[in-house]
Amino acid sequence: MSTETLQIVPAAVEVHDVHKWYGAHRVLDGVDLTVRAGEVTVILGPSGSGKSTLLRVVNHLEKPEIGYVSVNGELIGVRKQGDHLKELSERAILAQRSNIGFVFQNFNLFPHLTVLENVAAAPVATGKLDRDEAQKLARELLDRVGLADKESAYPRQLSGGQQQRVAIARALALRPGVILFDEPTSALDPELVGEVLAVIKDLAKSGTTLVIVTHEIGFAREIADRVVFIDGGKIVEQGPPSEVLDKPQHERTRDFLSKVL
Amino acid sequence: MSEPPGAAVSLTDAPPPASDAPSKPFAAQRVLPLRRPGRWIATAVVLVLAAQFVHGLVTNPFYQWDRFGYWFLRPTILDGLVVTLEVTAYSAVLGLLGGVLLALARLSKSPVLRAVSWVYIWTFRSIPLIVILLFLYNFSALYQTLSVGVPFGPAFFTFDESRLATDIVVAVVGLSLNQAAYAAEAVRGGILSVDQGQHEAAAALGLPKGYQFRKVVFPQALRSITPNYVNQLIDLVKATSLVFYVSLLDLFGAAQTMGATYPGDIVPLLLVVTVWYLILTTVVSVVQFYVERYFARGATRSLPPTPLQKLRTGVSDLRARIRRETAI
Ligand SMILES: Nc1ncnc2c1ncn2[C@@H]1O[C@H](COP(=O)(O)OP(=O)(O)OP(=O)(O)O)[C@@H](O)[C@H]1O
Ligand SMILES: [Mg+2]
Repeated sequence: MSTETLQIVPAAVEVHDVHKWYGAHRVLDGVDLTVRAGEVTVILGPSGSGKSTLLRVVNHLEKPEIGYVSVNGELIGVRKQGDHLKELSERAILAQRSNIGFVFQNFNLFPHLTVLENVAAAPVATGKLDRDEAQKLARELLDRVGLADKESAYPRQLSGGQQQRVAIARALALRPGVILFDEPTSALDPELVGEVLAVIKDLAKSGTTLVIVTHEIGFAREIADRVVFIDGGKIVEQGPPSEVLDKPQHERTRDFLSKVL
Repeated sequence: MSEPPGAAVSLTDAPPPASDAPSKPFAAQRVLPLRRPGRWIATAVVLVLAAQFVHGLVTNPFYQWDRFGYWFLRPTILDGLVVTLEVTAYSAVLGLLGGVLLALARLSKSPVLRAVSWVYIWTFRSIPLIVILLFLYNFSALYQTLSVGVPFGPAFFTFDESRLATDIVVAVVGLSLNQAAYAAEAVRGGILSVDQGQHEAAAALGLPKGYQFRKVVFPQALRSITPNYVNQLIDLVKATSLVFYVSLLDLFGAAQTMGATYPGDIVPLLLVVTVWYLILTTVVSVVQFYVERYFARGATRSLPPTPLQKLRTGVSDLRARIRRETAI
């Protein structure tokens, strides 16, 4: 499992005073968040509170109007120019993304490529590995997520749980310092949730930095080093699960937990 | 997840089994297929009409089938066929390439590219093809060197000075200009049909922009581009008959010329042309089936069967059915 090729160097993530508007609608309202290297952070919050937007700001799929994100001290999507932040070229942003894995709620696997091709594509396309190395790595990763026998299947021939595990392997193939999960089990039938959570748990144990948006409170309690509760685009409270989940300080957190538990 | 509270309840107290349920368990009961007498009658009517039509086609002296046989493989006609194929092939490829570029321009973030593409598509969809061809033809007659400077395909830069080569270039350029405008819309539609999640996943993986298009978006777009583009291709095959008006002897042109020389053979010559176009369209349709099947990889759980596979399962189904029916 901990073969040489799978070695990942965990990264630290810093979100600094991020504001994001969609038109006149303020979606993120000054979010500050520090994720230490190797830490597992779970983000909770009601629907529409800005959880997905926050994750998408971290890998610069969305540009914040104010504020910035840095991974291991490197600014994401922008660079400092005097007192200002200047947007990077698309090519530079794409290059930065290979250190930030992203797992989508709807998997978004490439349906015209086999499972193996899905996992092996990115390291080759970004020039990190040659074809043979990438395929070898892809096989190891598929083995790790328990899908070694599915490498030549097409994504639509797999169950939802299997597809999401392939998506996780695909994200891992770039050996990112941090992996972001946006409700990775929300599109799954209840009996398939467990197999995906098991894979994420395995990652958490191996010391990868993870930021996970989920509604699985039990899972959060089990693996989170820190739980962040967000509402109306603001972080309402954060701390270890024993505090935020068991002794929430804020009315809104209590309210939310009483609904989802 | 968000099932109405009533749903679970109604599931648990399912109605008791009906009293008139068959005595045998369902597993042992054979389901008889529904009989459809209407379908048999309709089939009979259609068969009779078809037989009448074919009989008329074969026996009516108007068609002069012996002359048809005489002309069908004449070298003049085959030369025309070659011109038709050449012009179609070049225009199909160049038109698609142009269409992809125009579609990309149309979808790009640059307002200038978008405007240029829009104007191009607007112009060339508005002007009748025959007008474009005549324009180019007169142009090329005035400026013998014009065709060399046209920025399409390296294949034409080495053409000899003969009039035929120039005419083919004129035809191909004219058809490609027209074809590209239509192809652009087919390609654009195909690209737009690719799920936004695919773009996001590709961007999130940091795949280089060109790779995203070539390996992720375009292959998926081709699935919906293919039927539209093939439709255009079939139009194109027939549109090549217009090149006769710029003095190129394609299939139609060859028949037309022969018809002028042998006025009594006009009908069989038109039949020759018709049958050749039918053959070309058939070939295109068969190729289309396999191309679509190729691009359907992964899009459906299992690929549609080829005609051969269909035939095989059809035969074995029939056998099984006969065995079942006779076993009663
Ligand atoms: N592209 C967009 N344009 C306009 N408004 C948007 C856009 N994307 C998101 N929003 C709005 O921003 C707010 C936050 O959206 P976001 O997707 O981040 O919420 P979320 O916390 O992830 O919710 P959920 O739990 O339902 O996924 C919502 O009110 C949403 O309607
Ligand atoms: Mg969301």
